[in-house]
Amino acid sequence: MAKQLMKGCEAIAEAAIQAGCRFFFGYPITPQNDIPEYMSARMPKVGGCFLQAESEVAAINMVYGAAGAGARVMTSSSSPGISLKQEGISYIAGAELPCVIVNMMRGGPGLGSIQASQGDYFQSTKGGGHGDYHLVVYAPASVQEAIDLMQTAFDVADKYRMPVLILADGIIGQMMEPVEIKQGNASEPVKKDWATVGWSEKDFTRPRAVVNSLYIEVEELEELTGRLQARYAKIAEEETRVELYNTEDAEFMLCAYGTVARICKTAIAQLKKQGIKAGLVRPITLWPFPYKAVHDAIAAPSVKKALCVEMSAGQMVEDVRLAINGEKEIELLGHSGSRVPTAEEIAQRIIQMRGA
Amino acid sequence: MLEQNLFAGFGGQGVLLMGQLLAFAGMLESKYVSWLPAYGPEMRGGTANCSVNISDEPIGSPVVSKATSVIVMNRPSLDKFESAVQPGGMLFINSSIIDRKAERDDIQVFYVPCNEIAEQLGNARVANVVMLGAYIEKTKCVDMENILNALLEKLGKTKAHLIPLNREALVKGAESVR
Repeated sequence: MAKQLMKGCEAIAEAAIQAGCRFFFGYPITPQNDIPEYMSARMPKVGGCFLQAESEVAAINMVYGAAGAGARVMTSSSSPGISLKQEGISYIAGAELPCVIVNMMRGGPGLGSIQASQGDYFQSTKGGGHGDYHLVVYAPASVQEAIDLMQTAFDVADKYRMPVLILADGIIGQMMEPVEIKQGNASEPVKKDWATVGWSEKDFTRPRAVVNSLYIEVEELEELTGRLQARYAKIAEEETRVELYNTEDAEFMLCAYGTVARICKTAIAQLKKQGIKAGLVRPITLWPFPYKAVHDAIAAPSVKKALCVEMSAGQMVEDVRLAINGEKEIELLGHSGSRVPTAEEIAQRIIQMRGA
Repeated sequence: MLEQNLFAGFGGQGVLLMGQLLAFAGMLESKYVSWLPAYGPEMRGGTANCSVNISDEPIGSPVVSKATSVIVMNRPSLDKFESAVQPGGMLFINSSIIDRKAERDDIQVFYVPCNEIAEQLGNARVANVVMLGAYIEKTKCVDMENILNALLEKLGKTKAHLIPLNREALVKGAESVR
């Protein structure tokens, strides 16, 4: 199929449709509005359901309900809206239900700004809602990667019966790039014998299914959390993703995700012209965080110094420091307030680090 | 080849469309492209700009901070983005409504009376396409015919009758900087 020039938000929405998603519940907020807008026109055409809820809280609970009934379902929002959804996300995680959530990050805290940001890293990877749970968190750096990760997100959600988050910044949502969306590539539906779709009273071939996240007895809740933790350990082993770029023989190692990682690549090209070897380690899954790959990239003997670049005051840098565990010093170039770092200032910082 | 462009003007001048047409044309030529609008809570007539990259290699930063070409359609855009041109880069100025010259002497500057040319063609709304013609004449980064192909895709077949006018606008724009 020929390539199309598509906006990130619209491409993500179409990719979800192609992945077999037939239920979308959401509430408007910039810069993700193009997703519900696209879904509102597209879902009825494929026999799906688009519903603009009365609030984010309602939307996430509709997702909870549809997921409980075994549907491929998603919601999307931007930072403040995602905060509102956290209670529901925790419930969905506790009830072991699959769904996909997209967060097109904007500036915060509070209502913040509508410009791109990466200030929701902590919220996405370290909790968000209450309780001992995780989401698988994917951070696309291009429109095509966002498309590809949508399919993966639905599959991983079904496979592990848990919510999966696509964490992108507003730039990924608003940018247009040439993309290819595979048509009708939805994977075989997973058998969901836990779904609440009615039980057979006559012959008892289908036992009663219950969706629940309340476990009053200590032993019962411990059994659930133990099961979740075992699942998370397996995910860390099997689903961790990372991109290594120009890492071989690099003297300086950059670490960044999403749009910022691309800006780093431009900085690396600028540095190369000046004879400075810099590389990039880009986490694609933010949870599970690629601790080993990040460690190995930065701990390599050729690497003199490492720099973490983020559109936040410094959130992922904590995981990078955990990964390297004091073996090397990790510097931070962090902008909050929605200011996008430029390739020139990243290159300049590396030159300074070289001189120091 | 890496063309890093900034298009800027006021809302309604077709600044975002110019960028999209260029990106689309680049895609038709199997180049790597990206288009990124500066989005904000703008009112009609407010400022608009977009970053467009065209390259033979995968594109790093979609945000253009130092541009090989800056295209400005109104005065506030010139004031804001003149400094964003890389040394040796190009600056395209819509001289119909921008009442000052460029201050830089380390760049190439082209003055294109976009609105006048468009009005001579009988449709003031093609001023943006006139500018695109000038830009392509100087950078040669895509084939003009592909701009028209992109336009046809964008407008839809029902507006195909507008293609000759836009071809004329591209040609006149190109002639103005020859």
